[in-house]
Amino acid sequence: MNQAPRQKTLKLAQRQAIWAYVFLIVPLAFFLLVRIYPAFDSLRLSLLDFNSPLKPAPFIGLDNFKELFSDKVFLRSLWNTLLYTLIGVPAQLVLGLGIAMLLSSINKGRGWLRAVYFAPYITPIVASAWVWQWLLNKNFGPVNALLTSIGIPAQPFLMSPDQALYAAVALVVWQQLGFQIVIFIAGLEGVPRMYYEAAELDGASPWQRFWYMTLPLLNATLVFSVVIATNGFLQLFTQIANLNPTDKGGPLDSTLTVALYIYRAGFESSRYGYAAAVTVVLFVIILLFTILQLTVLRKRVDY
Amino acid sequence: MIATQNIPKTSTQKRRSRGAAWWVYAILILGSVVTAFPFLWMVLTSLKTYQDVFQPGIFPPNPTLENYNEVLRNTGFLRWFVNSIGVAIVSTISVLIFDSMVAYTLAKLRFPGKEIIFVLILSTLMIPTEMLVIPWYLGALKLGIANTYFAIALPGMITAFGIFLLRGFFESIPDELFDAGRLDGLSEFGLYTRIGLPLITPALAALAIFNFLGNYNAYLWPLIIIQSPEIRTLPIGIALFSGEAGAEWHLIMTASSLAVIPVLIVFAIFQKQIIEGVVLTGTKG
Repeated sequence: MNQAPRQKTLKLAQRQAIWAYVFLIVPLAFFLLVRIYPAFDSLRLSLLDFNSPLKPAPFIGLDNFKELFSDKVFLRSLWNTLLYTLIGVPAQLVLGLGIAMLLSSINKGRGWLRAVYFAPYITPIVASAWVWQWLLNKNFGPVNALLTSIGIPAQPFLMSPDQALYAAVALVVWQQLGFQIVIFIAGLEGVPRMYYEAAELDGASPWQRFWYMTLPLLNATLVFSVVIATNGFLQLFTQIANLNPTDKGGPLDSTLTVALYIYRAGFESSRYGYAAAVTVVLFVIILLFTILQLTVLRKRVDY
Repeated sequence: MIATQNIPKTSTQKRRSRGAAWWVYAILILGSVVTAFPFLWMVLTSLKTYQDVFQPGIFPPNPTLENYNEVLRNTGFLRWFVNSIGVAIVSTISVLIFDSMVAYTLAKLRFPGKEIIFVLILSTLMIPTEMLVIPWYLGALKLGIANTYFAIALPGMITAFGIFLLRGFFESIPDELFDAGRLDGLSEFGLYTRIGLPLITPALAALAIFNFLGNYNAYLWPLIIIQSPEIRTLPIGIALFSGEAGAEWHLIMTASSLAVIPVLIVFAIFQKQIIEGVVLTGTKG
Protein backbone atom coordinates (compact mmCIF):
# COMPACT_ATOMS: atom_id res chain seq x y z
CA MET A 1 0.00 0.00 0.00
CA ASN A 2 2.97 2.29 0.62
CA GLN A 3 3.77 2.30 -3.05
CA ALA A 4 0.22 3.29 -3.98
CA PRO A 5 -0.22 6.83 -5.25
CA ARG A 6 -1.00 9.35 -2.53
CA GLN A 7 -4.41 10.10 -3.93
CA LYS A 8 -5.44 6.46 -3.85
CA THR A 9 -4.41 6.15 -0.17
CA LEU A 10 -6.42 9.20 0.71
CA LYS A 11 -9.38 7.77 -1.06
CA LEU A 12 -8.94 4.51 0.85
CA ALA A 13 -8.80 6.38 4.17
CA GLN A 14 -11.96 8.26 3.31
CA ARG A 15 -13.68 5.13 2.13
CA GLN A 16 -12.75 3.33 5.36
CA ALA A 17 -14.02 6.20 7.48
CA ILE A 18 -17.34 6.28 5.65
CA TRP A 19 -17.79 2.52 6.03
CA ALA A 20 -16.79 2.74 9.67
CA TYR A 21 -19.48 5.28 10.44
CA VAL A 22 -22.07 3.36 8.42
CA PHE A 23 -21.24 0.22 10.41
CA LEU A 24 -21.24 2.07 13.70
CA ILE A 25 -24.24 4.37 13.49
CA VAL A 26 -26.93 1.94 14.66
CA PRO A 27 -24.82 0.25 17.38
CA LEU A 28 -23.58 3.60 18.68
CA ALA A 29 -27.12 4.94 18.92
CA PHE A 30 -28.01 1.70 20.71
CA PHE A 31 -25.22 1.99 23.27
CA LEU A 32 -25.99 5.65 23.93
CA LEU A 33 -29.76 5.18 24.25
CA VAL A 34 -30.00 1.71 25.81
CA ARG A 35 -26.91 1.61 28.05
CA ILE A 36 -25.27 4.95 28.74
CA TYR A 37 -28.27 7.26 28.94
CA PRO A 38 -30.26 4.90 31.24
CA ALA A 39 -27.25 4.55 33.55
CA PHE A 40 -27.13 8.32 34.00
CA ASP A 41 -30.90 8.37 34.25
CA SER A 42 -30.69 5.98 37.22
CA LEU A 43 -28.32 8.44 38.84
CA ARG A 44 -30.87 11.24 38.26
CA LEU A 45 -33.79 9.12 39.51
CA SER A 46 -31.88 8.32 42.69
CA LEU A 47 -32.17 12.00 43.65
CA LEU A 48 -35.94 12.11 43.18
CA ASP A 49 -38.90 11.11 45.30
CA PHE A 50 -40.31 9.19 42.35
CA ASN A 51 -43.12 6.76 43.11
CA SER A 52 -45.30 6.85 40.01
CA PRO A 53 -44.69 7.68 36.35
CA LEU A 54 -47.94 9.68 36.45
CA LYS A 55 -47.16 11.95 39.40
CA PRO A 56 -44.58 14.74 39.73
CA ALA A 57 -41.31 13.59 41.28
CA PRO A 58 -39.77 16.25 43.53
CA PHE A 59 -35.99 16.59 43.81
CA ILE A 60 -34.89 15.47 47.27
CA GLY A 61 -31.11 15.51 46.97
CA LEU A 62 -29.40 12.66 48.80
CA ASP A 63 -32.40 11.80 50.97
CA ASN A 64 -32.82 8.39 49.31
CA PHE A 65 -29.22 7.50 50.15
CA LYS A 66 -29.61 8.75 53.72
CA GLU A 67 -32.70 6.60 54.11
CA LEU A 68 -30.85 3.62 52.62
CA PHE A 69 -28.18 3.55 55.26
CA SER A 70 -30.70 3.45 58.06
CA ASP A 71 -32.92 0.93 56.21
CA LYS A 72 -32.45 -2.36 58.07
CA VAL A 73 -33.78 -4.44 55.18
CA PHE A 74 -31.35 -2.84 52.73
CA LEU A 75 -28.44 -3.29 55.15
CA ARG A 76 -29.45 -6.92 55.53
CA SER A 77 -29.45 -7.38 51.75
CA LEU A 78 -26.02 -5.75 51.56
CA TRP A 79 -24.62 -8.01 54.27
CA ASN A 80 -26.17 -11.09 52.67
CA THR A 81 -24.72 -10.20 49.28
CA LEU A 82 -21.23 -9.89 50.77
CA LEU A 83 -21.73 -13.18 52.60
CA TYR A 84 -22.85 -14.93 49.38
CA THR A 85 -19.77 -13.61 47.62
CA LEU A 86 -17.30 -14.43 50.39
CA ILE A 87 -18.62 -18.00 50.78
CA GLY A 88 -19.63 -18.74 47.22
CA VAL A 89 -16.60 -17.52 45.26
CA PRO A 90 -13.98 -19.54 47.21
CA ALA A 91 -16.28 -22.58 47.20
CA GLN A 92 -16.70 -22.37 43.43
CA LEU A 93 -13.00 -21.82 42.86
CA VAL A 94 -11.71 -24.60 45.10
CA LEU A 95 -14.24 -27.16 43.88
CA GLY A 96 -13.90 -26.02 40.27
CA LEU A 97 -10.11 -26.19 40.23
CA GLY A 98 -10.06 -29.45 42.21
CA ILE A 99 -12.45 -31.26 39.91
CA ALA A 100 -10.76 -29.78 36.84
CA MET A 101 -7.39 -31.11 38.01
CA LEU A 102 -8.83 -34.56 38.67
CA LEU A 103 -10.57 -34.57 35.28
CA SER A 104 -7.35 -33.51 33.55
CA SER A 105 -5.51 -36.43 35.09
CA ILE A 106 -7.78 -39.10 33.59
CA ASN A 107 -8.46 -40.19 30.04
CA LYS A 108 -11.24 -42.73 30.14
CA GLY A 109 -14.70 -41.24 30.63
CA ARG A 110 -13.34 -37.73 30.88
CA GLY A 111 -15.67 -36.25 28.25
CA TRP A 112 -18.76 -37.81 29.81
CA LEU A 113 -17.90 -36.76 33.35
CA ARG A 114 -17.19 -33.24 32.17
CA ALA A 115 -20.56 -33.15 30.41
CA VAL A 116 -22.38 -34.23 33.58
CA TYR A 117 -20.67 -31.52 35.64
CA PHE A 118 -21.45 -28.96 32.97
CA ALA A 119 -25.14 -29.83 32.50
CA PRO A 120 -26.52 -27.70 35.39
CA TYR A 121 -24.88 -24.63 33.88
CA ILE A 122 -27.09 -24.71 30.79
CA THR A 123 -30.24 -25.71 32.69
CA PRO A 124 -32.85 -22.92 33.00
CA ILE A 125 -32.19 -21.35 36.41
CA VAL A 126 -35.86 -20.96 37.31
CA ALA A 127 -36.47 -24.68 36.84
CA SER A 128 -33.32 -25.53 38.83
CA ALA A 129 -34.45 -23.38 41.75
CA TRP A 130 -37.81 -25.16 41.90
CA VAL A 131 -36.11 -28.55 41.76
CA TRP A 132 -33.91 -27.52 44.71
CA GLN A 133 -36.92 -26.44 46.72
CA TRP A 134 -38.34 -29.91 46.32
CA LEU A 135 -34.96 -31.57 46.84
CA LEU A 136 -34.51 -29.77 50.17
CA ASN A 137 -38.12 -30.10 51.31
CA LYS A 138 -38.19 -30.85 55.03
CA ASN A 139 -40.78 -33.63 54.99
CA PHE A 140 -40.51 -35.21 51.55
CA GLY A 141 -37.11 -34.24 50.14
CA PRO A 142 -34.46 -36.89 49.45
CA VAL A 143 -31.72 -34.90 51.20
CA ASN A 144 -33.58 -35.10 54.48
CA ALA A 145 -34.47 -38.73 53.81
CA LEU A 146 -30.74 -39.40 53.53
CA LEU A 147 -29.98 -37.43 56.70
CA THR A 148 -32.63 -39.20 58.79
CA SER A 149 -31.49 -42.58 57.49
CA ILE A 150 -28.06 -41.95 59.00
CA GLY A 151 -29.50 -40.67 62.26
CA ILE A 152 -29.37 -36.89 61.69
CA PRO A 153 -32.68 -35.06 62.30
CA ALA A 154 -34.40 -33.55 59.24
CA GLN A 155 -33.30 -29.97 58.58
CA PRO A 156 -35.57 -27.11 57.44
CA PHE A 157 -32.92 -25.73 54.99
CA LEU A 158 -34.75 -23.13 52.89
CA MET A 159 -37.38 -22.64 55.58
CA SER A 160 -34.83 -21.68 58.23
CA PRO A 161 -33.41 -18.13 58.52
CA ASP A 162 -30.12 -19.66 59.67
CA GLN A 163 -29.71 -22.21 56.88
CA ALA A 164 -31.45 -20.75 53.83
CA LEU A 165 -28.51 -18.64 52.67
CA TYR A 166 -26.16 -21.63 52.67
CA ALA A 167 -28.71 -23.73 50.82
CA ALA A 168 -28.93 -20.95 48.23
CA VAL A 169 -25.12 -20.87 47.90
CA ALA A 170 -25.21 -24.62 47.30
CA LEU A 171 -27.67 -24.15 44.44
CA VAL A 172 -25.54 -21.45 42.80
CA VAL A 173 -22.33 -23.45 43.19
CA TRP A 174 -24.01 -26.57 41.78
CA GLN A 175 -25.23 -24.58 38.83
CA GLN A 176 -22.07 -22.55 38.08
CA LEU A 177 -19.45 -25.18 38.88
CA GLY A 178 -19.48 -26.69 35.39
CA PHE A 179 -18.51 -23.38 33.86
CA GLN A 180 -15.57 -23.01 36.25
CA ILE A 181 -14.46 -26.60 35.61
CA VAL A 182 -14.50 -26.13 31.84
CA ILE A 183 -12.53 -22.86 32.09
CA PHE A 184 -9.98 -24.43 34.47
CA ILE A 185 -9.52 -27.50 32.27
CA ALA A 186 -8.73 -25.19 29.36
CA GLY A 187 -6.30 -23.28 31.58
CA LEU A 188 -4.60 -26.48 32.73
CA GLU A 189 -4.22 -27.67 29.14
CA GLY A 190 -2.30 -24.48 28.47
CA VAL A 191 0.38 -25.38 31.01
CA PRO A 192 3.25 -26.99 29.10
CA ARG A 193 3.78 -30.64 30.10
CA MET A 194 7.54 -30.30 30.13
CA TYR A 195 7.32 -27.96 33.12
CA TYR A 196 5.83 -30.79 35.12
CA GLU A 197 8.39 -33.27 33.82
CA ALA A 198 11.19 -30.93 34.79
CA ALA A 199 9.72 -30.37 38.23
CA GLU A 200 9.23 -34.10 38.71
CA LEU A 201 12.86 -34.73 37.79
CA ASP A 202 13.93 -32.07 40.26
CA GLY A 203 12.03 -33.97 42.96
CA ALA A 204 9.25 -31.45 43.56
CA SER A 205 6.41 -32.92 45.62
CA PRO A 206 2.88 -32.85 44.16
CA TRP A 207 1.98 -30.07 46.61
CA GLN A 208 5.03 -28.02 45.60
CA ARG A 209 4.20 -28.54 41.94
CA PHE A 210 0.65 -27.32 42.57
CA TRP A 211 1.61 -24.33 44.71
CA TYR A 212 4.67 -23.08 42.83
CA MET A 213 3.79 -24.06 39.27
CA THR A 214 0.15 -24.79 38.57
CA LEU A 215 -1.30 -21.87 40.51
CA PRO A 216 1.07 -19.18 39.18
CA LEU A 217 0.77 -20.48 35.61
CA LEU A 218 -3.02 -20.48 35.92
CA ASN A 219 -3.06 -16.89 37.10
CA ALA A 220 -4.90 -15.46 34.09
CA THR A 221 -7.55 -18.18 34.34
CA LEU A 222 -7.90 -17.60 38.08
CA VAL A 223 -8.38 -13.85 37.62
CA PHE A 224 -11.06 -14.51 35.02
CA SER A 225 -12.83 -17.09 37.22
CA VAL A 226 -12.79 -14.86 40.28
CA VAL A 227 -14.15 -11.87 38.36
CA ILE A 228 -16.95 -13.90 36.73
CA ALA A 229 -17.90 -15.67 39.97
CA THR A 230 -17.83 -12.46 42.01
CA ASN A 231 -20.00 -10.58 39.54
CA GLY A 232 -22.44 -13.48 39.52
CA PHE A 233 -22.81 -13.44 43.30
CA LEU A 234 -22.96 -9.64 43.55
CA GLN A 235 -25.88 -9.64 41.10
CA LEU A 236 -27.62 -12.75 42.44
CA PHE A 237 -31.34 -12.55 41.68
CA THR A 238 -33.08 -15.32 39.75
CA GLN A 239 -32.09 -18.19 42.04
CA ILE A 240 -33.10 -16.33 45.20
CA ALA A 241 -36.39 -15.05 43.77
CA ASN A 242 -37.35 -18.62 42.88
CA LEU A 243 -36.13 -20.44 45.97
CA ASN A 244 -38.75 -18.77 48.12
CA PRO A 245 -41.26 -17.37 45.64
CA THR A 246 -44.00 -16.46 48.11
CA ASP A 247 -41.57 -14.50 50.30
CA LYS A 248 -38.82 -13.41 47.88
CA GLY A 249 -35.58 -13.16 49.88
CA GLY A 250 -37.10 -14.86 52.92
CA PRO A 251 -37.45 -16.35 55.42
CA LEU A 252 -37.11 -13.10 57.40
CA ASP A 253 -35.00 -11.55 54.61
CA SER A 254 -32.26 -14.07 55.38
CA THR A 255 -31.58 -14.76 51.67
CA LEU A 256 -32.38 -11.26 50.36
CA THR A 257 -29.77 -9.87 47.93
CA VAL A 258 -29.23 -6.29 46.80
CA ALA A 259 -30.47 -7.13 43.29
CA LEU A 260 -33.63 -8.67 44.70
CA TYR A 261 -34.14 -5.66 46.97
CA ILE A 262 -33.95 -3.41 43.89
CA TYR A 263 -36.74 -5.46 42.35
CA ARG A 264 -38.86 -5.38 45.51
CA ALA A 265 -38.41 -1.64 46.08
CA GLY A 266 -38.87 -0.68 42.44
CA PHE A 267 -41.40 -3.08 41.03
CA GLU A 268 -43.33 -4.37 44.03
CA SER A 269 -43.46 -1.11 46.04
CA SER A 270 -43.15 1.27 43.03
CA ARG A 271 -40.47 3.31 44.81
CA TYR A 272 -38.50 3.95 41.62
CA GLY A 273 -36.32 6.76 43.01
CA TYR A 274 -35.39 4.75 46.08
CA ALA A 275 -34.70 1.61 44.04
CA ALA A 276 -32.53 3.68 41.67
CA ALA A 277 -30.47 4.78 44.69
CA VAL A 278 -29.90 1.09 45.52
CA THR A 279 -28.74 0.44 41.95
CA VAL A 280 -26.19 3.25 42.29
CA VAL A 281 -24.86 1.61 45.47
CA LEU A 282 -24.70 -1.76 43.69
CA PHE A 283 -22.79 -0.17 40.81
CA VAL A 284 -20.24 1.32 43.24
CA ILE A 285 -19.82 -2.05 45.00
CA ILE A 286 -19.21 -3.88 41.72
CA LEU A 287 -16.75 -1.18 40.66
CA LEU A 288 -14.83 -1.43 43.95
CA PHE A 289 -14.68 -5.23 43.75
CA THR A 290 -13.45 -5.12 40.16
CA ILE A 291 -10.71 -2.60 40.96
CA LEU A 292 -9.70 -4.60 44.02
CA GLN A 293 -9.52 -7.86 42.09
CA LEU A 294 -7.58 -6.45 39.20
CA THR A 295 -4.99 -4.74 41.41
CA VAL A 296 -4.55 -7.65 43.84
CA LEU A 297 -4.67 -10.51 41.36
CA ARG A 298 -2.91 -8.95 38.38
CA LYS A 299 0.23 -8.35 40.43
CA ARG A 300 1.19 -11.99 40.23
CA VAL A 301 1.24 -12.24 36.43
CA ASP A 302 5.01 -12.24 36.05
CA TYR A 303 5.56 -15.61 34.45
CA MET B 1 -5.77 -24.78 23.74
CA ILE B 2 -8.83 -26.46 22.36
CA ALA B 3 -7.05 -28.25 19.59
CA THR B 4 -4.84 -30.10 22.06
CA GLN B 5 -7.67 -32.55 22.68
CA ASN B 6 -7.35 -33.85 19.14
CA ILE B 7 -3.59 -34.14 19.14
CA PRO B 8 -2.37 -37.69 19.83
CA LYS B 9 -1.50 -38.10 23.46
CA THR B 10 2.17 -37.82 24.29
CA SER B 11 3.94 -40.55 26.17
CA THR B 12 3.88 -38.54 29.40
CA GLN B 13 0.14 -38.10 29.25
CA LYS B 14 -0.31 -41.81 28.75
CA ARG B 15 1.89 -42.53 31.69
CA ARG B 16 0.04 -40.04 33.84
CA SER B 17 -3.37 -41.38 32.91
CA ARG B 18 -2.36 -44.97 33.50
CA GLY B 19 -1.32 -43.83 36.94
CA ALA B 20 -4.72 -42.25 37.61
CA ALA B 21 -5.59 -43.84 40.93
CA TRP B 22 -8.92 -45.46 41.72
CA TRP B 23 -9.68 -42.73 44.23
CA VAL B 24 -9.60 -40.11 41.45
CA TYR B 25 -12.39 -41.98 39.69
CA ALA B 26 -14.21 -42.56 42.96
CA ILE B 27 -14.30 -38.83 43.75
CA LEU B 28 -15.23 -37.83 40.21
CA ILE B 29 -18.02 -40.38 39.93
CA LEU B 30 -19.40 -39.52 43.36
CA GLY B 31 -19.32 -35.83 42.41
CA SER B 32 -21.07 -36.48 39.12
CA VAL B 33 -23.78 -38.52 40.86
CA VAL B 34 -24.38 -35.61 43.26
CA THR B 35 -24.43 -33.22 40.28
CA ALA B 36 -26.85 -35.32 38.26
CA PHE B 37 -29.13 -36.28 41.14
CA PRO B 38 -31.35 -33.15 41.02
CA PHE B 39 -32.18 -33.93 37.36
CA LEU B 40 -32.95 -37.53 38.19
CA TRP B 41 -35.13 -36.53 41.14
CA MET B 42 -36.95 -34.00 38.96
CA VAL B 43 -37.74 -36.48 36.20
CA LEU B 44 -38.65 -39.30 38.60
CA THR B 45 -41.02 -37.00 40.51
CA SER B 46 -42.65 -35.92 37.25
CA LEU B 47 -43.52 -39.58 36.60
CA LYS B 48 -45.26 -40.02 39.96
CA THR B 49 -48.94 -39.68 40.77
CA TYR B 50 -50.08 -37.03 43.25
CA GLN B 51 -50.37 -39.64 46.05
CA ASP B 52 -47.00 -41.24 45.36
CA VAL B 53 -45.16 -37.90 45.52
CA PHE B 54 -45.57 -37.84 49.28
CA GLN B 55 -44.53 -41.45 49.79
CA PRO B 56 -40.94 -42.32 50.65
CA GLY B 57 -38.83 -43.72 47.84
CA ILE B 58 -37.09 -42.19 44.88
CA PHE B 59 -38.57 -44.29 42.11
CA PRO B 60 -42.22 -43.93 41.04
CA PRO B 61 -44.18 -47.06 42.08
CA ASN B 62 -46.83 -46.37 39.40
CA PRO B 63 -45.00 -44.44 36.67
CA THR B 64 -47.30 -42.29 34.54
CA LEU B 65 -47.06 -39.66 31.81
CA GLU B 66 -50.39 -38.16 32.85
CA ASN B 67 -48.62 -35.18 34.47
CA TYR B 68 -47.11 -34.20 31.14
CA ASN B 69 -50.49 -34.44 29.52
CA GLU B 70 -51.96 -32.24 32.23
CA VAL B 71 -49.24 -29.58 32.19
CA LEU B 72 -49.24 -29.35 28.39
CA ARG B 73 -53.05 -29.19 28.28
CA ASN B 74 -53.62 -26.74 31.13
CA THR B 75 -50.77 -24.28 30.74
CA GLY B 76 -49.40 -22.10 27.99
CA PHE B 77 -46.24 -24.17 28.06
CA LEU B 78 -45.84 -24.52 24.30
CA ARG B 79 -46.55 -20.83 23.85
CA TRP B 80 -43.91 -19.89 26.46
CA PHE B 81 -41.46 -22.23 24.83
CA VAL B 82 -42.03 -20.74 21.37
CA ASN B 83 -41.83 -17.21 22.82
CA SER B 84 -38.50 -17.95 24.49
CA ILE B 85 -37.03 -19.59 21.41
CA GLY B 86 -38.30 -16.72 19.25
CA VAL B 87 -36.83 -13.99 21.45
CA ALA B 88 -33.57 -15.91 21.76
CA ILE B 89 -33.27 -16.44 17.99
CA VAL B 90 -34.05 -12.83 17.09
CA SER B 91 -31.60 -11.37 19.61
CA THR B 92 -28.92 -13.88 18.66
CA ILE B 93 -29.20 -13.01 14.96
CA SER B 94 -29.09 -9.32 15.81
CA VAL B 95 -26.08 -9.82 18.08
CA LEU B 96 -24.21 -11.76 15.38
CA ILE B 97 -24.81 -9.06 12.78
CA PHE B 98 -24.21 -5.93 14.86
CA ASP B 99 -21.52 -7.24 17.20
CA SER B 100 -19.47 -8.52 14.28
CA MET B 101 -19.92 -5.26 12.35
CA VAL B 102 -18.72 -3.16 15.27
CA ALA B 103 -15.94 -5.60 16.10
CA TYR B 104 -14.70 -5.60 12.50
CA THR B 105 -14.79 -1.81 12.35
CA LEU B 106 -12.87 -1.42 15.60
CA ALA B 107 -10.32 -4.07 14.65
CA LYS B 108 -9.66 -3.40 10.99
CA LEU B 109 -10.81 0.04 9.84
CA ARG B 110 -9.02 3.34 10.45
CA PHE B 111 -11.16 6.39 11.15
CA PRO B 112 -11.24 9.45 13.42
CA GLY B 113 -12.82 8.93 16.83
CA LYS B 114 -12.00 5.20 17.01
CA GLU B 115 -10.45 5.31 20.49
CA ILE B 116 -13.32 7.27 22.02
CA ILE B 117 -15.91 4.89 20.58
CA PHE B 118 -13.92 1.91 21.80
CA VAL B 119 -13.70 3.26 25.36
CA LEU B 120 -17.38 4.24 25.28
CA ILE B 121 -18.47 0.69 24.42
CA LEU B 122 -15.94 -0.84 26.83
CA SER B 123 -17.28 1.29 29.69
CA THR B 124 -20.80 -0.13 29.27
CA LEU B 125 -19.49 -3.54 30.41
CA MET B 126 -19.19 -2.05 33.89
CA ILE B 127 -22.87 -1.18 34.19
CA PRO B 128 -24.93 -3.87 35.95
CA THR B 129 -28.31 -4.69 34.36
CA GLU B 130 -30.01 -3.83 37.64
CA MET B 131 -28.96 -0.22 37.15
CA LEU B 132 -30.68 -0.09 33.77
CA VAL B 133 -33.99 -1.88 34.27
CA ILE B 134 -35.79 1.00 36.02
CA PRO B 135 -35.07 3.55 33.25
CA TRP B 136 -35.78 0.85 30.64
CA TYR B 137 -39.15 0.13 32.22
CA LEU B 138 -40.12 3.79 32.55
CA GLY B 139 -38.91 4.46 29.01
CA ALA B 140 -40.87 1.51 27.61
CA LEU B 141 -44.01 2.82 29.35
CA LYS B 142 -43.45 6.28 27.87
CA LEU B 143 -42.90 4.90 24.36
CA GLY B 144 -45.88 2.59 24.68
CA ILE B 145 -43.81 -0.52 23.91
CA ALA B 146 -44.05 -2.14 27.35
CA ASN B 147 -45.45 -5.66 27.22
CA THR B 148 -44.26 -6.36 23.65
CA TYR B 149 -41.83 -8.91 22.23
CA PHE B 150 -39.78 -5.98 20.95
CA ALA B 151 -39.31 -4.63 24.47
CA ILE B 152 -38.28 -8.07 25.78
CA ALA B 153 -35.63 -8.49 23.09
CA LEU B 154 -34.39 -4.90 22.68
CA PRO B 155 -31.82 -4.63 25.51
CA GLY B 156 -30.03 -7.76 24.30
CA MET B 157 -29.88 -6.89 20.61
CA ILE B 158 -26.24 -5.71 20.72
CA THR B 159 -23.72 -6.74 23.38
CA ALA B 160 -20.42 -5.15 24.40
CA PHE B 161 -19.21 -8.60 25.44
CA GLY B 162 -19.67 -10.02 21.94
CA ILE B 163 -17.97 -7.01 20.39
CA PHE B 164 -14.85 -7.54 22.50
CA LEU B 165 -14.82 -11.26 21.87
CA LEU B 166 -15.07 -10.87 18.09
CA ARG B 167 -12.72 -7.89 17.95
CA GLY B 168 -9.96 -10.08 19.36
CA PHE B 169 -10.54 -12.65 16.62
CA PHE B 170 -10.67 -10.06 13.82
CA GLU B 171 -7.42 -8.54 15.07
CA SER B 172 -5.65 -11.88 14.76
CA ILE B 173 -6.36 -11.95 11.00
CA PRO B 174 -3.30 -10.55 9.18
CA ASP B 175 -3.88 -7.22 7.42
CA GLU B 176 -2.26 -8.62 4.28
CA LEU B 177 -5.34 -10.73 3.61
CA PHE B 178 -7.51 -7.63 3.51
CA ASP B 179 -5.00 -5.75 1.36
CA ALA B 180 -5.05 -8.65 -1.08
CA GLY B 181 -8.84 -8.49 -1.08
CA ARG B 182 -8.71 -4.78 -1.88
CA LEU B 183 -6.39 -5.45 -4.82
CA ASP B 184 -8.91 -8.02 -6.04
CA GLY B 185 -11.50 -5.27 -6.07
CA LEU B 186 -13.54 -6.19 -3.00
CA SER B 187 -15.44 -3.29 -1.41
CA GLU B 188 -14.96 -2.56 2.30
CA PHE B 189 -18.26 -4.32 2.92
CA GLY B 190 -17.06 -7.25 0.85
CA LEU B 191 -13.88 -7.47 2.93
CA TYR B 192 -16.02 -7.81 6.05
CA THR B 193 -18.43 -10.42 4.66
CA ARG B 194 -16.08 -12.38 2.35
CA ILE B 195 -12.82 -12.37 4.31
CA GLY B 196 -13.51 -11.27 7.89
CA LEU B 197 -16.63 -13.24 8.79
CA PRO B 198 -15.64 -16.63 7.28
CA LEU B 199 -12.35 -16.57 9.19
CA ILE B 200 -14.00 -16.12 12.57
CA THR B 201 -16.86 -18.62 12.26
CA PRO B 202 -15.80 -20.60 15.39
CA ALA B 203 -16.02 -17.41 17.43
CA LEU B 204 -19.38 -16.53 15.86
CA ALA B 205 -20.71 -20.00 16.69
CA ALA B 206 -19.50 -19.70 20.28
CA LEU B 207 -21.07 -16.28 20.67
CA ALA B 208 -24.33 -17.56 19.17
CA ILE B 209 -24.52 -20.45 21.64
CA PHE B 210 -23.65 -18.28 24.62
CA ASN B 211 -26.08 -15.58 23.63
CA PHE B 212 -28.90 -17.99 22.87
CA LEU B 213 -28.57 -19.66 26.27
CA GLY B 214 -28.44 -16.29 28.01
CA ASN B 215 -31.63 -15.13 26.33
CA TYR B 216 -33.43 -18.43 26.80
CA ASN B 217 -32.67 -18.15 30.51
CA ALA B 218 -33.26 -14.40 30.93
CA TYR B 219 -35.44 -13.65 33.93
CA LEU B 220 -35.10 -10.18 35.49
CA TRP B 221 -36.01 -7.99 32.51
CA PRO B 222 -38.78 -10.25 31.12
CA LEU B 223 -40.26 -10.45 34.63
CA ILE B 224 -40.49 -6.66 34.72
CA ILE B 225 -41.66 -5.94 31.19
CA ILE B 226 -44.12 -8.80 30.52
CA GLN B 227 -47.69 -8.35 31.66
CA SER B 228 -49.92 -10.39 29.39
CA PRO B 229 -49.84 -14.18 29.59
CA GLU B 230 -49.51 -14.69 25.82
CA ILE B 231 -46.04 -13.10 25.58
CA ARG B 232 -44.58 -14.83 28.64
CA THR B 233 -41.23 -16.46 28.11
CA LEU B 234 -40.48 -19.92 29.49
CA PRO B 235 -38.74 -18.87 32.76
CA ILE B 236 -41.57 -16.44 33.57
CA GLY B 237 -44.26 -18.97 32.71
CA ILE B 238 -42.61 -21.75 34.72
CA ALA B 239 -42.15 -19.50 37.75
CA LEU B 240 -45.77 -18.31 37.70
CA PHE B 241 -47.19 -21.76 37.08
CA SER B 242 -45.09 -23.29 39.85
CA GLY B 243 -46.05 -20.50 42.22
CA GLU B 244 -49.72 -21.17 41.61
CA ALA B 245 -49.41 -24.95 41.75
CA GLY B 246 -48.93 -24.90 45.54
CA ALA B 247 -47.92 -28.30 46.81
CA GLU B 248 -48.53 -30.09 43.51
CA TRP B 249 -44.90 -31.03 43.21
CA HIS B 250 -45.59 -33.68 40.57
CA LEU B 251 -46.83 -30.91 38.25
CA ILE B 252 -44.07 -28.44 39.19
CA MET B 253 -41.43 -31.07 38.49
CA THR B 254 -43.17 -31.91 35.21
CA ALA B 255 -43.05 -28.27 34.12
CA SER B 256 -39.39 -28.10 35.16
CA SER B 257 -38.64 -31.30 33.23
CA LEU B 258 -40.32 -29.86 30.17
CA ALA B 259 -38.10 -26.78 30.44
CA VAL B 260 -34.92 -28.72 31.12
CA ILE B 261 -35.17 -31.82 28.90
CA PRO B 262 -35.02 -30.02 25.50
CA VAL B 263 -31.92 -28.15 26.68
CA LEU B 264 -30.28 -31.36 27.86
CA ILE B 265 -31.06 -33.13 24.58
CA VAL B 266 -29.53 -30.29 22.57
CA PHE B 267 -26.58 -30.33 24.94
CA ALA B 268 -26.12 -34.09 24.57
CA ILE B 269 -25.98 -33.73 20.77
CA PHE B 270 -23.77 -30.64 20.58
CA GLN B 271 -21.87 -31.25 23.83
CA LYS B 272 -18.43 -30.82 22.36
CA GLN B 273 -19.26 -27.68 20.40
CA ILE B 274 -21.08 -26.06 23.33
CA ILE B 275 -18.28 -26.69 25.81
CA GLU B 276 -15.64 -25.53 23.32
CA GLY B 277 -17.74 -22.45 22.66
CA VAL B 278 -17.86 -21.64 26.34
CA VAL B 279 -14.09 -22.11 26.58
CA LEU B 280 -13.61 -19.84 23.58
CA THR B 281 -15.78 -17.04 24.99
CA GLY B 282 -14.28 -17.56 28.42
CA THR B 283 -10.60 -17.56 27.58
CA LYS B 284 -10.57 -14.95 24.85
CA GLY B 285 -13.42 -12.72 25.99
